[in-house]
Amino acid sequence: MKSSAFSLLPLLAFVAAFAGGPLVLPEFYVTLLNYIGLYAIVALGLVLLTGVGGLTSFGQAAFVGLGAYTTAYLTTVHGVSPWLTLPAGFLVTAAVALSLGFITLRLSGHFLPLGTIAWGISLYYLFGNVSFLGGHTGITSIPALDFFGIELKSGREFYYLIWAALLVIVLATRNLLDSREGRAIRALKGGTLMAEAMGVDTPRSKIVIFTVAALYACLSGWLYAHLQRFVNPTPFSLTQGIEYLFMVVIGGVAHVWGAILGAGLITILKQWLQDWLPQVLGQSGNFEIVVFGLLMIFVLHRARDGLWPIILRMLPEHTDRPRVPEAEALPRRPVPAANAVLLDVKDATKRFGGLVANNKMNFNVRAGEVMALIGPNGAGKSTLFNGISGVDSLTSGEVTFCGERIEALAARHIARRGMSRTFQHVRLLPTMSVLENVAIGAHLRGRKNFIHAALRIERDEEARLLHEAALQIEHCGLREHMYDIASSLPLGKQRIVEIARALATDPCLLLLDEPAAGLRYREKRALADLLRRLRGEGMGILLVEHDMDFVMGLADRVVVMEFGEKLAEGLPAEVQSNPAVLDAYLGGVE
Amino acid sequence: MDLQIALLLGQDGVTNGAVYALLALALVLVFAVTRVIFIPQGEFVAFGALTLASLQAGKLPGTLWLLLGMGIAVALIEIAISVRDRHLQRIPSIALLNVGVPLVLAGALFVVSPATLPLPVQVVLSLMMVVPLGPMIYRLAFQPIAEASVLVLLIVSVAVHVTLIGLGLFFFGAEGSRTPAFTDMSFEIGDALLQGQTVLVVVASVVLIGALFFFFERTIYGKALRATAMNRTGARLMGISATVAGKLSFTLAALIGAFSGVLISPITTVYYDSGFLIGLKGFVGAIIGGLASYPVAAAGAILVGLLESYSSFWASAFKEVIVFTLIIPVLLWRSLNTRHVEEE
Repeated sequence: MKSSAFSLLPLLAFVAAFAGGPLVLPEFYVTLLNYIGLYAIVALGLVLLTGVGGLTSFGQAAFVGLGAYTTAYLTTVHGVSPWLTLPAGFLVTAAVALSLGFITLRLSGHFLPLGTIAWGISLYYLFGNVSFLGGHTGITSIPALDFFGIELKSGREFYYLIWAALLVIVLATRNLLDSREGRAIRALKGGTLMAEAMGVDTPRSKIVIFTVAALYACLSGWLYAHLQRFVNPTPFSLTQGIEYLFMVVIGGVAHVWGAILGAGLITILKQWLQDWLPQVLGQSGNFEIVVFGLLMIFVLHRARDGLWPIILRMLPEHTDRPRVPEAEALPRRPVPAANAVLLDVKDATKRFGGLVANNKMNFNVRAGEVMALIGPNGAGKSTLFNGISGVDSLTSGEVTFCGERIEALAARHIARRGMSRTFQHVRLLPTMSVLENVAIGAHLRGRKNFIHAALRIERDEEARLLHEAALQIEHCGLREHMYDIASSLPLGKQRIVEIARALATDPCLLLLDEPAAGLRYREKRALADLLRRLRGEGMGILLVEHDMDFVMGLADRVVVMEFGEKLAEGLPAEVQSNPAVLDAYLGGVE
Repeated sequence: MDLQIALLLGQDGVTNGAVYALLALALVLVFAVTRVIFIPQGEFVAFGALTLASLQAGKLPGTLWLLLGMGIAVALIEIAISVRDRHLQRIPSIALLNVGVPLVLAGALFVVSPATLPLPVQVVLSLMMVVPLGPMIYRLAFQPIAEASVLVLLIVSVAVHVTLIGLGLFFFGAEGSRTPAFTDMSFEIGDALLQGQTVLVVVASVVLIGALFFFFERTIYGKALRATAMNRTGARLMGISATVAGKLSFTLAALIGAFSGVLISPITTVYYDSGFLIGLKGFVGAIIGGLASYPVAAAGAILVGLLESYSSFWASAFKEVIVFTLIIPVLLWRSLNTRHVEEE
């Protein structure tokens, strides 16, 4: 996290440049800046979509076209006021983006960009061939914008509108990213598995950012139409859509300011290359795309995060840390009655083709007990975990959680009912702080959506979520690492962060997959103490672990698995003296 | 529309569809082996057609300079690596392969006048100039980031596409070319006229598909590619180099692309940027096959060809709109038939 003073610096520079620009600059530069502003608005949408969410679109130019053509058509043919055509454009764009998103976002990641390429081409040809949209000649004499009696006729006047719009978009995007919804969006990039297990509705998050990016593009198109006062299909082609993506990749795909930097660089470079290259080559044509293409390949090979992070590194280090705001604690789930059966697994079976990973597993976990699941590597423990927590579906069998059948539910719905888990292979978001990672766990305990976040009217709830995250971090003994970047912690501690994140969901049943792996002796003792305390508070804990000292000292009951089947069940001492178990662990004595 | 027109359109559709099917196969192959969604596939089509057209016009094709330029770039990188690793003995073969061969090719074309050569020789020469671009592109653009995410590879792929389009404009100019028909033969079947060119395209496509099938089923390199496609890590542990597999799949993609370009060069006027739309139509076919199934991709591509052909009759202005909008119902259908997919 950046300090507020530091992160205000680019903002202040931005505002100063914004206000002074048109007063001193010649016409040519004002025009250039207008275009940079228009492109940056679109590019910001791609930052959200590609840099933050890990999705991408080559069809943003087509969304710009939707905004531009909607206003062009409505204002010229039906005489509608331009201020009404903006919401109209938003409606059209949102409808298209939602349906396109609904169709492609359920498929694996690369179908969205392919879908947007196809849709970008379709729309381009549609604009060019529909007679009421003017075909390839386009629509002319679009009215100027009228701003409280001032007609925005010249580029100099329009400049203020474009850059004010950009400023609003920048602020809204930053607010959105620094919120509960923003963390859910950022969690998408690490694969949807963890996010779903923490209760994030990932298809919804994806559709939201795709739609928001499309709406940004639509706004840019509306501004463009009233700046140019005419539209034709050319600026909305796939080539332009690709260029938008180039802007963010070169500027810094994960950074709000990277979008503006990239839009500026590409626009200026293009202007310059278009003058210079034809002279050098003695031919006319769009040769600048060769330079852009090579530049892109180079950037993706050598500096995949783009130029903005490189600039950031050159700026002085900032040291002051954000504080976790004091806030009222979040409400807790009622504690289940002591000894009540929380989880009941009946005949759980999982087949992968011919391989039976879990065969008719039966056991239960009660409130206020630690149940350990042990067995040699490959016994099917993690598979069973995935089956119970909804990360993967069981082939057959029943899972009852708090009296409700859950084997057919998705992971996020199970999480909502009070079951939380950690992963054997740590799934933290490496570039986010420990605090933010743990706060993802509290996702289900907030209600405010992305509109609240963009307008920053969810600060009370946000404070309570962060407060809860901080509380769990302290419980787990990681207070001194609260603001560290998650990937900077040793693996053992990252496992503890996973536990803190699971606790932030306020579970009544905790599934821990090898929590003690990679911990040192002292840390293991601290972990055992933590789990004892949670047990004392009435939580049920299902534990997979290989460290027998740790398991036997902690568990109330033990289930032993081998080859996907239950080998033994009982008290730790019983299991330890069971000949079948000894045989499985130590090998048969012949 | 009477039966005769319907048959004529159907013939057109199958001809184009056969070419799209070839491209769809190449796209599925490249994606399966390298995870690259190979947007520049179409550029090989355009370059193949334009190279053949240049040769037939008695000109030195621009492809030669492109090949030489890329060869020099590859050679410089490989030589730098050899020097760094002190494998100096590798330098002569690197230089010979990447720079020497294009130079010999250029020399040969200076000496003989290409327009006088028989058609098969011209075709082979065209392929010799275009196909090596495939592995060179893999070496320059994809090999250094072979482990990157599908998304990054896709963006690089698009960057390669725009670079090649720009280079295509520079080397071939803005004018389109069309080569004379390979054959004037035609057959009468009932009322309908079956053109020899159509038969030739379809037969050549089927032969190429058959050859690919043989390659994948019967040869060790083909099996290595299939193994890489199924399990990259596993294949690497078995000693199959991911780099070799990547270069091989790009070579095949370039071969299929350039060959398709040769096939369509007498049917349609090809411009430096025509390949993109042609390649994307192959993509629509490949997506119908979920970027995974070869037969469904090929069938999907034939469907795209037919749809294009009939829509050019009914609503020619909206031909592209109709073809590319087809992808929406296809994606919807796939979406409704796919369970949750975790991309990793």
